[in-house]
Amino acid sequence: MELNDIVAAAEAAVAAAESPQALDQVRVDYLGKKGRLTEQLKSLGALSAEERPAAGQTINQAKQQVQGLINARNDELKQAELNAKLAAERIDVSLPGRRSQVGGFHPVTKTIQRIEAFFGDLGFRVVEGPEVEDAFHNFDALNIPANHPARADHDTFYFDANTMLRTQTSGVQIRTMEKEQPPLRIISPGRVYRNDYDQTHTPMFHQVEGLMIDTDVSFTQLKGILEDFLVNFFEESLEVRFRPSYFPFTEPSAEVDVRRKDGQWLEVLGCGMVHPSVLQAVGIDSEKYTGFAFGMGVERLTMLRYGVNDLRAFFENDVRFLKQFN
Amino acid sequence: MKFSEQWLRTWVNPTLSSLELSEQLSMAGLEVDGIEPVAEHFSGVVVGEVVKCWQHPDADKLQVTEVNIGTDELQTIVCGAPNCRAGLKVAVATVGAVLPGDFKIKKAKLRGQPSNGMLCSASELGLSDDHDGILELPKDAPLGQDYREYLGLDDVTLDVDLTPNRADCLGVRGIAREVGVLNRLPVTEPIIEAVKPSINDERAIILDAPAACPRYLGRVVRGINVKAPSPLWLQERLRRSGVRSIDAVVDVTNYILLELGHPMHAFDLAKIDGSIHVRMALQGETLTLLDGQEVTLQDDVLVIADESKALAMAGVFGGEDSGVSDTSQDIFLESAFFSPNAIAGRARRFGLHTDASHRYERGVDPELQRDAMERATALLIEICGGEPGPIVEAVASEQLPKPAQVTLRAERLQKVLGITIAAEEVTEILERLGFKVVTTDAGWDVTVPTFRFDISIEEDLIEEVARIYGYHRIQASAPAAQLRMIPRQERRSSADNVKRLLIDRGYQEAITYSFVDPKHQAMLFDDIAALTLPYPISLDMSSMRVSLWPGLIGAVTHNQKRQQPVLAFCETGLRFVPDPQAENGVHQQAMVAGIRAGKAAAEHWSEGERAVDFYDIKGDVEALLANRGIEGTCRFVEDHHPALHPGQSAAIFAAEKRIGWVGAIHPQFEKKLGLNGRTYVFELELAAVTERRLPQAVGVSKFPSIRRDIAVVLKQSIAAGEVIAAIENIGVNHLVGLNLFDVYQGPGVAEGHRSLALSLTLQHPERTLEEQEINATIKIVVEMLTAEFGATLRE
Repeated sequence: MELNDIVAAAEAAVAAAESPQALDQVRVDYLGKKGRLTEQLKSLGALSAEERPAAGQTINQAKQQVQGLINARNDELKQAELNAKLAAERIDVSLPGRRSQVGGFHPVTKTIQRIEAFFGDLGFRVVEGPEVEDAFHNFDALNIPANHPARADHDTFYFDANTMLRTQTSGVQIRTMEKEQPPLRIISPGRVYRNDYDQTHTPMFHQVEGLMIDTDVSFTQLKGILEDFLVNFFEESLEVRFRPSYFPFTEPSAEVDVRRKDGQWLEVLGCGMVHPSVLQAVGIDSEKYTGFAFGMGVERLTMLRYGVNDLRAFFENDVRFLKQFN
Repeated sequence: MKFSEQWLRTWVNPTLSSLELSEQLSMAGLEVDGIEPVAEHFSGVVVGEVVKCWQHPDADKLQVTEVNIGTDELQTIVCGAPNCRAGLKVAVATVGAVLPGDFKIKKAKLRGQPSNGMLCSASELGLSDDHDGILELPKDAPLGQDYREYLGLDDVTLDVDLTPNRADCLGVRGIAREVGVLNRLPVTEPIIEAVKPSINDERAIILDAPAACPRYLGRVVRGINVKAPSPLWLQERLRRSGVRSIDAVVDVTNYILLELGHPMHAFDLAKIDGSIHVRMALQGETLTLLDGQEVTLQDDVLVIADESKALAMAGVFGGEDSGVSDTSQDIFLESAFFSPNAIAGRARRFGLHTDASHRYERGVDPELQRDAMERATALLIEICGGEPGPIVEAVASEQLPKPAQVTLRAERLQKVLGITIAAEEVTEILERLGFKVVTTDAGWDVTVPTFRFDISIEEDLIEEVARIYGYHRIQASAPAAQLRMIPRQERRSSADNVKRLLIDRGYQEAITYSFVDPKHQAMLFDDIAALTLPYPISLDMSSMRVSLWPGLIGAVTHNQKRQQPVLAFCETGLRFVPDPQAENGVHQQAMVAGIRAGKAAAEHWSEGERAVDFYDIKGDVEALLANRGIEGTCRFVEDHHPALHPGQSAAIFAAEKRIGWVGAIHPQFEKKLGLNGRTYVFELELAAVTERRLPQAVGVSKFPSIRRDIAVVLKQSIAAGEVIAAIENIGVNHLVGLNLFDVYQGPGVAEGHRSLALSLTLQHPERTLEEQEINATIKIVVEMLTAEFGATLRE
């Protein structure tokens, strides 16, 4: 048989091989020890020494050609096999993944965290205090002596004449100043309690108290820090106004209102310069040091920030409500 | 403090709209809480006079009238009011009038009689709830005048929410002064002239407690007609301040209260036995108050008394016996200054709060008593007639507050406010406020008038200057401070970090009330007597929590009622455990707690569905402990807790200290608590999981580790945790990992036994372990398990 015919037959056999096994058989048939092209090499012995190199080269070229065909076919078959496998492994990627449930912080906590971050970055340390409090820290030291009308306004939950649930976080100011001398920068978030329950009052709510005492703390700085805070808290440029007010433990005192786009003025916090009697009561030189204090209602800020309408929702812990803040 | 804007404008009349005036007051610290029209909208009502009045021929309760409304023609109007009579001046809704509620007046026929309009009662005009007949207008009411115009009903009531320091504004006079200051306008004070006595009757007044009452004025007025009606203008001013008209005597004292901010009181002279004594009550002395309540007084309560008995609680409330009644003929008027300290808190002690106590406990002008007395006398005589006696004034001058002398230093003003206000402007502001000012090198020496009894220290003046100067004119600046680092202990972590880990494991943070239902709490924690609120919002919110569990259980039941299938809540906060050693008798301890109920996870297409169980919540706790780096030192020890399932509860120990509990809520409580199915809880002392171990690095071995698995059969009663701890404790060489990977009971394992499959990972830090070393180690472990626990190897 002519070499060309053998190559042609091999080519046909390669093309016909439908599996790696069949293709391997073709290889054995043509290129194996007893393969048809290998057999051709054996015929070289019958040729003259001059003819042999050329004839040998021709046969080797034919072998390489066939090997090339087999390799190419082998790649084809492997690719097809892989494709088939991949096709079989196709899944519906739109099915939901296997994830663990993720919860979230309560919106009141989120607000407290944000407030802590704003003031923490300015060097205000977070300080906490007890919730069952005595008259000294909740009232007396804050310049609210017994029988002061401001006491009656507090709707205090008393345990006895001297012990109560704190009505404000301001007592933490006193506890801090009793232990430390200025300069002081603290904020104190926490639960406070008033005996009142209706659409706009819950008997427990949260306040954040802030206090800064240093040698040159002034009302302009109080305005500066709170305006800065409110704009950052609401992340919008809003109008802020300071309105004269009265708190026994600050003087001058102010209520702070904000007005958002197209809105009414809304009262968001109370503040003032720390009253000299408060400083004197804890042994801080009120001539040398001045300070400001502010207190804000966390629920109110949270309601304004996230559009919550019913205060009571904060303490019902309905997951359908809470999950909106995750 | 509520008052009519018109009334205010008779004192001081700035060119501002009602809204602008309110804004101005609010921005000066007198917060206007409301602006309400004094009358609802109506039109077409005029002053008329009933000329004739006769019985309706066909209706018993109706009368037919002819009414003059100032036009040529008399109007025939049918009226049902019993007080309708000829000669009466009335408010007439003419045909075409529109009354409140969009009620249109048309020509009508009533039982056959034509009626061209309506005679109005106060309630029909929306002026009061008074249905007692039609309005009776004064004789001099001008015929035909529009009724709104006649009464000045195009007016608003301003409601000012005054802060406790500004008691000087608890009268129109104080508000007027403030408006005058703000607008640089003069204030027209009423001219108060002394009323000449026409009789000599008087009562002696003895100040037995001069510190509590340093000034007391009394005056006898004889022969008054207590039934004389208060004039309409007076009634209207009272009404617009939210005060009901009672009778002329009460109305007059209320009027003085609203106008001057000074409380007054009137006694029935006939009930006073001899002289007036202003004294402290005797301990246990009783007094029946005007509202009929009998109170037992303490010796720190000031009373007005006569020679035999207490007549009234001074500055708070009158007594029933000595009160003016419709049979009184002679009265004794009181105008007194009581020290705020002597009054403050007394009303509240008896559950009272009166207009008088509200003012006296905040303070009144100690120089105002005579003016108030003269003004009240004149008004009273004008309305009720009567013969006034001379004013008797008892005064303890040395006890009266003196005008305060306060120094304001320019330097201090600048330091506190942070701005410099021109000295002339400061002087001008202080003078506008009615203060006497002497400028000095350092600032200002100020004498404060007695009506500004709230001013006593330098800061008070700083606030006044800032307030009148305008807070809006004080610019904002950034606080300056020295940069000083806040100590941040790596060892310490926050409650938020603890919650964050739980949140990542599916917990929703809850915030529950610190007071819980005592029934539930006592059931779950029968060993702790919780702190109780004597005056709670409601009984089920009266017990201070001794654990966060009751609140979290409430969160679960709330959501189970709303068909929520997967519930996991966590909370941090204080628990309140009574402890005589602790500050204020209660140990207030921060805790972190969690609760899980319902399914372990949301339904998923590829996962089996199952209920949450003990090992889910224990896994959460273990993850938390591992995250803090303290898992190795913590143990879960089977133990009993009253709230928990006795077979599914464990105390959690860190080293030798119990730091919390984990378990299933005791099934016997589920129904009583309203829980639907098994509920798992944990609670840990927050401090135990916010403290973390600082890492101390050790080298990592480069040599291969070898894993050997063993399965041992043990009695079921032996806790796996003990087995694991025993292996860890025998200190076998090179054991770097130990894991319990299978628990098996069933065929092949004897009844009452179970098989635990453990993997032991061995590794040497410096070389590859030899086979015989490995076998020796495993042998030690197995022998120990056999000796300690009677374990057998499962082949």
